[in-house]
Amino acid sequence: MSEWPLWEVFVRPRRGLSHSHVGSLHAPDAQMALRNARDLYTRRQEGVSIWVVPAAAITASSPDEKDAFFDPAGDKVYRHPTFYEVPDGAGHI
Amino acid sequence: MTDVLGLGDDALIAAQRLAQWCARAPELEEDVALANIALDQLGTARLLLSYAGEVLGRDEDQLAFLRTDREFRNVLLVELPDRDFAVLIAKLFFLSAYQHLRYGALSSGADERLAGIAAKAVKESAYHLDHSAQWTVRLGDGTDVSHARMQAAVDEVWPYTHELFDEVPELRAPWLSTVDGVLAEATLTRPQDETWKPGGGRQGVHTEALSYLLAEMQVLHRAHPGARW
Repeated sequence: MSEWPLWEVFVRPRRGLSHSHVGSLHAPDAQMALRNARDLYTRRQEGVSIWVVPAAAITASSPDEKDAFFDPAGDKVYRHPTFYEVPDGAGHI
Repeated sequence: MTDVLGLGDDALIAAQRLAQWCARAPELEEDVALANIALDQLGTARLLLSYAGEVLGRDEDQLAFLRTDREFRNVLLVELPDRDFAVLIAKLFFLSAYQHLRYGALSSGADERLAGIAAKAVKESAYHLDHSAQWTVRLGDGTDVSHARMQAAVDEVWPYTHELFDEVPELRAPWLSTVDGVLAEATLTRPQDETWKPGGGRQGVHTEALSYLLAEMQVLHRAHPGARW
């Protein structure tokens, strides 16, 4: 039906620290993708930040390689920074 | 008070025309955008009609649903039928460029209640202007067919833009500079200001299109007067 390319949308909420993926949409170019994202995902709240990326520009890890990609670290405890004493005064680590 | 009623009627009739595009826009995303703009216009219409109604002794629903075409004070531009997407965009572009200036001026006006409503509406109209200007450029500077249809839409609607400035002639110069910039970017030609400058909407003298629009908008309210919804 649509000849418009697919775009992925990332939104940072007004008090948010980082952009999160919120969904995708079709648009003829980046400017229209931004405007459509504002209508569809933010209801035009002031102070939010939107990123749009053509879906074709995203390279994803393959589900088939999941084991090779993420597993080996799991059983090697020395790879995880868990051997430190965290002083009581240091919060949010 | 004609002032507030007229502005409210502009927004109400524009909202009704935009709502007719629901599920008929060229793309899903555009459908949402048009509905969004329609809702903005309707929201402003409710505030303005409620305010006008307090003076006239009628509420917003009575003003919207129980007046005849001769009692509506909207400009002719907003009631014109949308023959195609280009006509819709041309109308929205000319209207929102005007509304943005008008609400901007009213937001610092002496009437505090009206200034409050205008301050809210001016932000929305900036978005409407941006959206319709984007499409004017896309269609004007698009394919040969879209260019021809956008130019035809601009030519068709242009005479009706004169009426926008009957009450506020000082806004026509800044309006023209906004419109000229976008038309130039869209590779469109601004029509000559010919002698035909249809008007009368503010006095209740409308095109035949308004009667049909009102018949559809008001049918249920007239069939069951006084019902609660």
